[in-house]
Amino acid sequence: MAKEKKGVRLEHISKIYKDPKTGKNFYAVKDANLEIEPGSFVTLLGPSGCGKTTTLRMIAGFESPDEGEIYLGDEPINALTPNKRDTAMVFQSYALLPHYNIFDNVAYGLKLRKMDKNVIKKKVTDILDLVGLQGMENRMTNQLSGGQQQRVALARALVIEPGVLLFDEPLSNLDAKLRVSMRTEIRRIQQEAGITAIYVTHDQSEAMAISDKVIIMNKGLVEQISTPQEAYYYPNNQFVADFIGEANFLKATVDAQDMVNINGSKVKCATGSLAVGGDCNVVLRPEGASLSDTGMLKVKVVYSCFMGPYQDYHVAVGDTLVKIQDYNPKNSKIYKVGDEAYLNFADNTLYAL
Amino acid sequence: MAKSQSASLDRKKLLGDPIMVTTIVLLIVFLTVFILYPLAILLVDSFIGDHGLTLDTFKRVMDLSNFRKAITNTLKVGFVVGIASALIGLLFAYVEEYVKLRTKFMGGLFKVVSMLPVVSPPFVLSLSMIMLFGKAGIITRFLLKIYDNSVYGFWGITIVQTLTFFPVCYMMMKGLLKNIDPSLEEAARDMGASRFKVFMTVTFPLILPGLGNAFLVTFIESIADFANPMIIGGSYDTLATTIYLQITGAYDKQGAAAMAVVLLVITLLMFVVQKYYLERKSTATLSGKASRERMLITDKSVTLPLTIMCSALALFVIMMYICVPFGAMFKTWGYDFHLTFKWIKLVFTKYKGLKAFKDSFVLSLIAAPITALLSMIISYLVVKRKFKGKGFIEAVSMLAMAVPGTVLGIGYIRGFSGGLFGSGILQGLYGTGVILVIVFVVRSLPTGTRSGISALRQIDKSIEESAYDMGADSFKVFMTVTLPLIKDSFLSGFVTSFVRSITAISAIILLVTPSYLLITVQINEFAEKGSYGIACAFATILIIITYGSVLLMNFIIKHFGTSRRIKVKE
Ligand SMILES: Nc1ncnc2c1ncn2[C@@H]1O[C@H](COP(=O)(O)OP(=O)(O)OP(=O)(O)O)[C@@H](O)[C@H]1O
Ligand SMILES: [Mg+2]
Repeated sequence: MAKEKKGVRLEHISKIYKDPKTGKNFYAVKDANLEIEPGSFVTLLGPSGCGKTTTLRMIAGFESPDEGEIYLGDEPINALTPNKRDTAMVFQSYALLPHYNIFDNVAYGLKLRKMDKNVIKKKVTDILDLVGLQGMENRMTNQLSGGQQQRVALARALVIEPGVLLFDEPLSNLDAKLRVSMRTEIRRIQQEAGITAIYVTHDQSEAMAISDKVIIMNKGLVEQISTPQEAYYYPNNQFVADFIGEANFLKATVDAQDMVNINGSKVKCATGSLAVGGDCNVVLRPEGASLSDTGMLKVKVVYSCFMGPYQDYHVAVGDTLVKIQDYNPKNSKIYKVGDEAYLNFADNTLYAL
Repeated sequence: MAKSQSASLDRKKLLGDPIMVTTIVLLIVFLTVFILYPLAILLVDSFIGDHGLTLDTFKRVMDLSNFRKAITNTLKVGFVVGIASALIGLLFAYVEEYVKLRTKFMGGLFKVVSMLPVVSPPFVLSLSMIMLFGKAGIITRFLLKIYDNSVYGFWGITIVQTLTFFPVCYMMMKGLLKNIDPSLEEAARDMGASRFKVFMTVTFPLILPGLGNAFLVTFIESIADFANPMIIGGSYDTLATTIYLQITGAYDKQGAAAMAVVLLVITLLMFVVQKYYLERKSTATLSGKASRERMLITDKSVTLPLTIMCSALALFVIMMYICVPFGAMFKTWGYDFHLTFKWIKLVFTKYKGLKAFKDSFVLSLIAAPITALLSMIISYLVVKRKFKGKGFIEAVSMLAMAVPGTVLGIGYIRGFSGGLFGSGILQGLYGTGVILVIVFVVRSLPTGTRSGISALRQIDKSIEESAYDMGADSFKVFMTVTLPLIKDSFLSGFVTSFVRSITAISAIILLVTPSYLLITVQINEFAEKGSYGIACAFATILIIITYGSVLLMNFIIKHFGTSRRIKVKE
């Protein structure tokens, strides 16, 4: 599958739809600027209705953007129909051709390219091996399990050796276990084939597990483009912080560079470029703090529950409720509802917005 | 916020697809020339006189007392037939959905009734009505000893049309009743309402818009019907027959055009109300799929009378159909009941039965695949594609549904006898088999398109998109994905269009030339003359053909159809 890898670039891409109820136009995607590196695995992530599918369908060519230009490699592709674009899409509903067997489904794109029969046979067999479906060539699509159908959809997209693979929530129809093993599989195959992949999901753990980069969207706007780690530790804003993992927000003021004042207590915290003296919100991940009898920030326990790997606390900081997950509770003191305690923050876990 | 860029990109993408563009253009030309143009020419004919715009032609035909009478006659018949058909249809649907049918026999009866509208040639019921209840009718003359009973006129038409059209209402009402959530009715039952009370206060209000819809659909069918009033109307003329006589008897083409406009306006009004108001409303009130099985009525005092009523009616209709082949085999109907092949022999020897059979068969067989393919293409474009002109294509092909055959026939005469706009272009079509085939296609297009559209809506759009995405162009997608997936719909469109064509008369009778003998035209001719034996013999051939084709289609779908092998994902 040695083929030139292609990147994708979106420049000021917007898509306008008409709301069928009110009849008003609105931006489903607004001014998206994305640069997707050749060979990388990028995930579009965001809540339902934020414009992920729309973005993906514009790249595939099923929708036309209202503003901006899309490039595949260096070629502008706005005016190309889907069949002329070097992309292949894996659909959420698999979209296998129900009147063909597995072999013909996978061979469909190759036949369109008028390849030699023997070449087709070899390619199909190879790709079915790759996705672990050897020997199933003659089954009809409805004789496969959901996971197997998913693999056929993947094989069908891979076999035509597209420059870019597009996935629209390909795993959402599968059960949780299969989802985890399939996503590892997809990642493995993508890396083996070295194809650029753009993957849509609203499952943040899926996104973090497989992506080189995540693109977080909300209401048509791109909120952040970064590695999963960056998005988790240095979210651009409250939306991203809240969407990627769980987050508590503590009201604070910036005391000095990398020092904030929460409820009267001075705490070390990365403040980035925030102005000294101004108000800020400190992002605290539930696993980023633990409770003890002494420490930095005085709190009152309002909820305490043993969860196995961790003790789940809700504690009140002033009038803000904070969720804390204290891992390995066996080694530490367990606080009961009504107890007073102190929060201790692990190093490098706080981030002020 | 302007959507101009996406619109222009969509246009560019479309233009990059020459087969698509050609198809759309050809389709628009076809629909314009063969549906819109003939109707437009009627307007021109009736509004434009020697000195420009005028209402003179209308004044003239409105002054004809027989025309005014025809209008009231038509509306009267349509109204009564509409109500009767809707109610009988409701009765059948109610019995099927709510009453426990014990026997296989009953199930079979209902199935036959539901199939009748598909296979029934138009005037079969009129013929048998005359043979059962007319002057020489078996029932009137021999059983009841009434020697001068007249079936011609208002009641004849009304009864025959009702029996012809109620199965359609039955199928419509059945669809509605099926979708009523049983818990709605059970809640009312729980609160102590009687069955009848529940029906009147819960079920009936829910289906009222649907009932109105069924009424209007029948109303339109009734006023557009030509064959039955022609044979059993006697001196009771309706609009369709009056228009026919105006052109074939009085040779008044302009007057006929004006009359056709009147008929068209009535049907179009009804159609618009039906399509855009009632059809929407009739489905909106229902909550979709029934959540679970309905408790069927088992109470004998309810089931018995209902079942008996339905069976009696169904058996009566079936008897009327059976009557026709016998009419072809009795020596002299009503007088001499010796079996004979005289009529059938006469049909093939003296009356060129073989040619009639061949002409009808071949022309319909040419029209059928064209119609089926065309309606699948239209459905595909309407459901799956976005482009300018789509609204036009959808509207015009649906419009054809509301155009009575007689009106279309007059439109073709006026529009094509001198070529397009009298210019001589396409004049060569007139009087040939080609124009007959085109009429067949136009007449069956709306039904085919409707079934294609509903079949395509079932198919997840991503299936076609995936093929498109892998590199297939629109033509390839249509041929390798869409068409195979709606094979059943295509097949049934093929057969329906074949049956509709071979049984068509209203438009065809105005356009056929002596070089083509069509079975339906022959039946009409001999029934008019009172030669019922010959008419019955022709009709029997027709019934055998239509019934045979439907059986064949069912067989093919059952054994080779797509739906058995593939369950298309939602
Ligand atoms: N054809 C359309 N016409 C009008 N509005 C549309 C159309 N398609 C999508 N939208 C709207 O555009 C917005 C974005 O839709 P999109 O399908 O991209 O969301 P998504 O991020 O994929 O959501 P999900 O996670 O639920 O799939 C939504 O508000 C949706 O209702
Ligand atoms: Mg989506």
